[in-house]
Amino acid sequence: MIHIFATQWQSLLYGLGQTLLCSIIALFFSLIIGSLFAIFEIMPNKLMRIIGRVYVEIFRNIPLLVITMFFFVVLPLYVTKINGFTAGTIGLTIYTSAFIAETVRSGIQSVDEGQMEGALSNGLSFWQSMRFIVLPQAFKIVIPPLGNQFINLVKNSSVLAFVAGFDLMYQGNMIANDTLQTMPTFFAVGILYLIITMPLSYYMRHLEKKLA
Amino acid sequence: MQNFIDAYSWLNIRYLLQGLWVTVEVSVASIILSYIIGTVLGVIRYAQIKYFSAIVGFVIDLIRNLPLLLIIFFTYFGLPNLGFKPAIIEAAILAMTVFESMMIAEIVRSGIIAVDSGQMEGALSNGLTYWQGLRIILLPQAMKNMIPALVSQFISLVKDTSLATIIVLPEMMYHAQIIYGQNSNYIIPMFIALAVLYFVVCYALSLLSRYFEHRLA
Repeated sequence: MIHIFATQWQSLLYGLGQTLLCSIIALFFSLIIGSLFAIFEIMPNKLMRIIGRVYVEIFRNIPLLVITMFFFVVLPLYVTKINGFTAGTIGLTIYTSAFIAETVRSGIQSVDEGQMEGALSNGLSFWQSMRFIVLPQAFKIVIPPLGNQFINLVKNSSVLAFVAGFDLMYQGNMIANDTLQTMPTFFAVGILYLIITMPLSYYMRHLEKKLA
Repeated sequence: MQNFIDAYSWLNIRYLLQGLWVTVEVSVASIILSYIIGTVLGVIRYAQIKYFSAIVGFVIDLIRNLPLLLIIFFTYFGLPNLGFKPAIIEAAILAMTVFESMMIAEIVRSGIIAVDSGQMEGALSNGLTYWQGLRIILLPQAMKNMIPALVSQFISLVKDTSLATIIVLPEMMYHAQIIYGQNSNYIIPMFIALAVLYFVVCYALSLLSRYFEHRLA
């Protein structure tokens, strides 16, 4: 294993970088999209509620691989040529946004209703009171579950290996094929994943305890 | 439109459904195995047996934080190096079981923690041993509260079986790839069929969980 680290550290490090990059991009966009659909789900307008619900239920119940492969195979055919990294990141973003929408929605619903009523009766519009009053309080509650979503995102980003996204898993597979040292390579890859996910998951557990 | 009619010929649909059957087989086997192993591990971690629980807890955290895809690679490509060569479907079930057991162990542990501590005290003061109290009093109550978390874990297990395409497990995703590989006009119809079939299976599971929640609540 040390041998793998010593000889292949460049491609492993590159893979780790791609994994992190794609996870952070996907987290950023899925936070925006997820919060948007979470707000849809609790809006007074019934049509909006249905749109939010349908989006979440659809993408929560379809495998990430299907979504990712869809973008990887279909987009180049009909729209524009994209590489595996982009297709993977789009797929991850959409898949994760459905889960984040669920998390944020439960966060918003746990904020006292009086907050919204107070904001509305003080003359703020629905979107203003969402933005200035409810969401800031909701986000404080959902930080630990969002952190867990980020951990899932890092782990799920391994689907990039299916679409040649040059992430850590893909590099690991390549190295294993080249050197035929399967076990040591996968151990090395596993350690690199754990370096990101383990501390985060312990920190999130600590936060959960502190907030509870 | 003609593409859709051609793509959904009985031959193709049957091939997809054969894949779905493998998906269901692998899912059911992994759900049963990981439910049993996960419960045992969760209880061990909760019970705080000296050293043993800490070691089990560490292993649970370790495996939980790895991508499932890596574990699948590991079981199929790595284990033969150690002299054990599982068949494709065995490797898939093994990988899913190992990974999901750890997820379920965490759910079980937090489910037991959430049960009121007075329950255990009551059990002990009524003359039950610690393990009896755990098994007869705490676990049944914890199970009831865990249903939503457990089912959503099972749903993600069903979805995750698609990852076993990478070791050429002949499940639904793999069969769809073969069909649209032959004719690029079938790509969109196949993805729609995949999405619908996965959705039906997973959504049915979540409806089932809602039903149980209402009945047990």
